[in-house]
Amino acid sequence: MSDLNTAMIEKYRNSFLKEVEANVEEGDWVKMCMQCGVCSGSCPLGPHWEHPPQEIFMMIRAGKRDEVLQSDAMWMCTSCYNCIVRCPRELPITHIMHGLAHYAKRLGLAPKNQPTAKFAQLFWDNLVKSGRVNELKLGLSLYFMNGFGEGIKTSLKMKNIGLGMVKTKRMNPMEILGGHGVKDKSGLQKILNKAREIEEAKAQGA
Amino acid sequence: MAKKEYSFYPGCSSQEKASSSNYLKSVETMCEELDIQLNTIPDWNCCSASIGYAGGGELPRLALSARNIALSEQHNAGQDIVATCAACWLATKETQERLHDDQDMMADMNKVLAEAGLKVEAKSPIRHMVEVLIEDFGYEALGSHVKKPLDGLKIAGYVGCQTNRPFGIDGESFENPKYLDKLVETMGAEPLENYDKKVQCCGGALAFSEPEKSQAMIKDIIEAAYDGGADLVVTPCPVCQMNVEVYQDHINAKYGTKFKMPVVYYSQLMDVAYGRNAKDAGLDGQVIRAKQLEEIANKS
Repeated sequence: MSDLNTAMIEKYRNSFLKEVEANVEEGDWVKMCMQCGVCSGSCPLGPHWEHPPQEIFMMIRAGKRDEVLQSDAMWMCTSCYNCIVRCPRELPITHIMHGLAHYAKRLGLAPKNQPTAKFAQLFWDNLVKSGRVNELKLGLSLYFMNGFGEGIKTSLKMKNIGLGMVKTKRMNPMEILGGHGVKDKSGLQKILNKAREIEEAKAQGA
Repeated sequence: MAKKEYSFYPGCSSQEKASSSNYLKSVETMCEELDIQLNTIPDWNCCSASIGYAGGGELPRLALSARNIALSEQHNAGQDIVATCAACWLATKETQERLHDDQDMMADMNKVLAEAGLKVEAKSPIRHMVEVLIEDFGYEALGSHVKKPLDGLKIAGYVGCQTNRPFGIDGESFENPKYLDKLVETMGAEPLENYDKKVQCCGGALAFSEPEKSQAMIKDIIEAAYDGGADLVVTPCPVCQMNVEVYQDHINAKYGTKFKMPVVYYSQLMDVAYGRNAKDAGLDGQVIRAKQLEEIANKS
């Protein structure tokens, strides 16, 4: 959605902070960060972030739009909520990270080969199809997300885990044919479409 | 004791032949023993867990949980909603909180749900099964059902993330929650003192997408249990259970460890202590069999 990206650059030319406040889930909290670093120090994936949360917040205020939105940092969030419960100012940091990740994706700026970004999209596509996650299809789509050759390699590596799950009846090979789902699929689709429609209308008019 | 009734949200991983179907089995057995009736929310859908955010924006994502709440209000009116899965509990509770904090969102959500003839108020409490056990029964009442105390078992209470944060169990600390240890003690086993990986994240969904990073954390969780002399690990969370149990072979291959640590649910401990057999406790669903627990279950 690069058109949307261009429109947003134009609209918020002078302030990435304002853009984040208006368009990112829970983004209006960003200005409350006092740079204490507790979030970054508390994060279990701390060593792997290119820019930990505290840095992301400062970069947003410094107008580093491309660096933030193209970063793979937000995709390091495991949703463990350590940062949220420890933040002295009670910022909903986990949600802001998810919000930034989603916004970057919507603008088409998220890194193309970030594995969690890919997996997160696969998860969403999987669940909206039938209303309930199909674990078998999700697992397979994950293994094959980097192409067929990689997929076979990963599948072989994961074979014993899969067999263990099948043997203990915690995975059902028949799920490949459809599997679990809600009865009122059309109702669920209507709900999701309307929600998307409202959200998009707000983004356009915001 | 009077029969207690709750509106039940089982979640995707608890379905038949899904990754935590043994959790559901053991919860059903536990509820039989405690005379709890779970009324499943008809036609419930996935909550999008904590990884749905990339594809689903705020309103679509929260609409998933709002639909479940609306269905619960319609079919199980007045009953507390109870979830056994940490992510289901969190997503549903978070949705309720957001709807009440933001009247515009509440109005939007009802427009959204009206598309399928539903409406939401989100007034009933949304609770985790362990809250029900602790708050509606209490340790003493839970202990009064014990027929086969789990003598001689040393158990590491692995609470993990989402049952513990951001909401947690009322009165418990985020850094060192005690309820799981107390539950272990109530069942007659010995909780591991100072289990320092008790609230360490297992990687959640990143165990799939970033296995190296997650497995390094899982390794520490298991290692700390061994260091304290634990026979097994117990957890209240389906993702914690799966992540800590099934990757042990991969971790062994990578780090040269020899892990073979069983990881069970609190409900499985309770079933065995309440005198039920291994099958009723869903112990045939462990990839790493909890042999000592099975032995107690098989004792006449």
